Amino acid sequence: MAMVKLYAGFERFWHWSQAALVILMLITGFEIHGTYTLIGWEQAAEIHRFAAWTLIGLWAFAWFWHLTTGEWKQYIPSPMERILAMVKYYAFEIFQGKGHPFHKDRSHKHNPLQRAAYLGLHLFIGPAIWISGLLYLFYGDLGGIGLEWLPLGAIALIHTGAAFLMLTFLVAHLYLTITMSDPAGADVKAMITGYEEVED
Amino acid sequence: MKRFQSCLRWLLSAVLFLCVGPVWAEDTQSTADHSKFEQLQEEFETGPEVTKACLSCHTEAAKQLHKTTHWTWAFENQLTGQTLGKKNVLNNFCVATATNWPRCTSCHIGYGWKDDSFDLSSEQNVDCLVCHDTTGTYKKFPTGAGHPNYEPKKWPPKKGKLRQPPDLQLIAQKVGKPGRSNCGACHFYGGGGDGVKHGHLDSSMHKPNRATDVHMDSEGLNFSCQTCHTTGGHEIAGSRYAPKPSDERGVVIPGQPDQNRATCESCHGSEAHGEEANPKLNSHTDKVACVTCHVPKFARGGRKTKMWWDWSTAGKKDANGKPLVKKQDGYAVYHFKKGDFTWEENVVPEYFWFDGDVRYTLFGEQVDDSGVVPINRIQGSYEDPDSRIWPFKVMRGKQPYDSKNKILAVPHLFGKDPDAFWKSFDWGRALKAGLMARGKEFSGEYGFVETEYYWPITHMVAPKENALGCVDCHDRNGRLAGVGGFYMPGRDRNETLDLIGWLMVLGTLGGVTVHGLGRMVSNKGRSS
Repeated sequence: MAMVKLYAGFERFWHWSQAALVILMLITGFEIHGTYTLIGWEQAAEIHRFAAWTLIGLWAFAWFWHLTTGEWKQYIPSPMERILAMVKYYAFEIFQGKGHPFHKDRSHKHNPLQRAAYLGLHLFIGPAIWISGLLYLFYGDLGGIGLEWLPLGAIALIHTGAAFLMLTFLVAHLYLTITMSDPAGADVKAMITGYEEVED
Repeated sequence: MKRFQSCLRWLLSAVLFLCVGPVWAEDTQSTADHSKFEQLQEEFETGPEVTKACLSCHTEAAKQLHKTTHWTWAFENQLTGQTLGKKNVLNNFCVATATNWPRCTSCHIGYGWKDDSFDLSSEQNVDCLVCHDTTGTYKKFPTGAGHPNYEPKKWPPKKGKLRQPPDLQLIAQKVGKPGRSNCGACHFYGGGGDGVKHGHLDSSMHKPNRATDVHMDSEGLNFSCQTCHTTGGHEIAGSRYAPKPSDERGVVIPGQPDQNRATCESCHGSEAHGEEANPKLNSHTDKVACVTCHVPKFARGGRKTKMWWDWSTAGKKDANGKPLVKKQDGYAVYHFKKGDFTWEENVVPEYFWFDGDVRYTLFGEQVDDSGVVPINRIQGSYEDPDSRIWPFKVMRGKQPYDSKNKILAVPHLFGKDPDAFWKSFDWGRALKAGLMARGKEFSGEYGFVETEYYWPITHMVAPKENALGCVDCHDRNGRLAGVGGFYMPGRDRNETLDLIGWLMVLGTLGGVTVHGLGRMVSNKGRSS
């Protein structure tokens, strides 16, 4: 076993600030949606808007970072049998006490399921949220880009739908990353310190 | 001590007058001192004599006034082609002017409109003083067909206070620009009393405080009516018959051909919210009228407005056989002459899409008496770029109609003749006489039909700190809950998506919980 630096400083900053912003936007977003009253609609909307711009800015840096460092390759999908092996592990083998089918190293820091999930998050859920969010934000000016035919109800539908996917991701992500590492919490710790023990 | 008391009394009444007294304009910049005019040195016996003197210098004034709705009580709506005006429309207050002229025309800017024979081309019958009196002592007598009383006379008749005739010479010598109270003498009392009709115009607007009207605030901006209702040649801008729900002209500056300032945008522009305000506010102005947020409630000046008027119950007597009047809080809630009323203050308006197109149910038009009959209908929609969500007072009530011919009736209310409802309390006679006066045969069958009348709210603009907040509308049950045609965040949602979404989230939460418990149980099984 050896301590290896898996997560760079920027990556950790990106991860945690993104986490905070996403949680903040889920809380304020569902208030704007009318699900509950918490801090007041206007405040919720203002925070949501501010957080949105911050997150978009952060995403721009993150895309740049991933592309320039080559870390984007961490999200290249694994062969199907390796993904299925993970599914099989979570579904059955984990209850039988069998070992984890995946062993991380510096160039494979995510297991095949994580790769697929994060790729989906970055390529599908994220863009769906921010594209619909920008359309939402500039709804009054859509005529300027020839989109005046686009009803706000449709934009809101996509935005809310993507928010539900994000919340679902968050629930699963929290469970898996906190409890699946050995010992529990090691992955969380690694995302804070950058270092994790990996097999040689 | 006695002297001190009288001093105190004097001081108190002075303070009271200053605090609550109506205000007439004091023109300190005029180049003419009318008290020095030779023409105004005579003892005037009547109003028309004063007018004659006025016209000897202001040669075109009467001709100008003859062209205005204030004089003709008739209005041609260019948009709808309908002929409106007090002479023509029906309402659900005192219903119609026909046959009730001397009472109604106490608010006409003329003298002597007591029946259909009134000469609308008479220059001398234009009443200059009602608008230009600055003393506050010129009052038209309520049943004088536009004349003040020239002899001491009681109002209400018999039991009322004695009204002294106005000093016409003094008033004529002190004429000036109209103040709020000149306009208010009629416009604050429309519908037969203080605040009855409009709800956003009442006696509190003589000297409003900041909270009641931020522009007319007598301690602040102290606008007169003409500050916005710009005038020129006695024509006054702004009409309820042809309102302008959106104004894209931008801020009106000198040199532009159209100097009409009777819209918020003509001073504030259509993006009025400054840097310090929530940036989203300006992006609402293409769909939401300024007054929707900035007149959060009407009848805010401490006076109630009438919201319901049921004529069908008029004519009752009390246990002693005397005409019945019931009062609550100083407001009549039943009057034998007029039926049942409800009054409200601080009223939340009703909101509708509005494009300025108002269509009246004209006299003689067939109505559908199976439901509520609209006195007027407002048009507008989300799709229309000129429409705005606008606040309204909706006046509701029940009024007489010819139930066989299905037309709204004209009741002959006022008069000394036995056909007048307020004389004999016989609807049959009153409706027959009223309809006849407008050239319709009464079928002999009448009923009372529920009606509604839409009044756009424009006055009583609140200070910005009292404007509506986002959540007043962006809420499941917010103020715009009934305004359709568009998706509004906070109010609307796709229920199917919400159901699927929450099932997905809770399903995942349940799934990981079961998964975690399963791991704990299986781990325990292996380690024991």
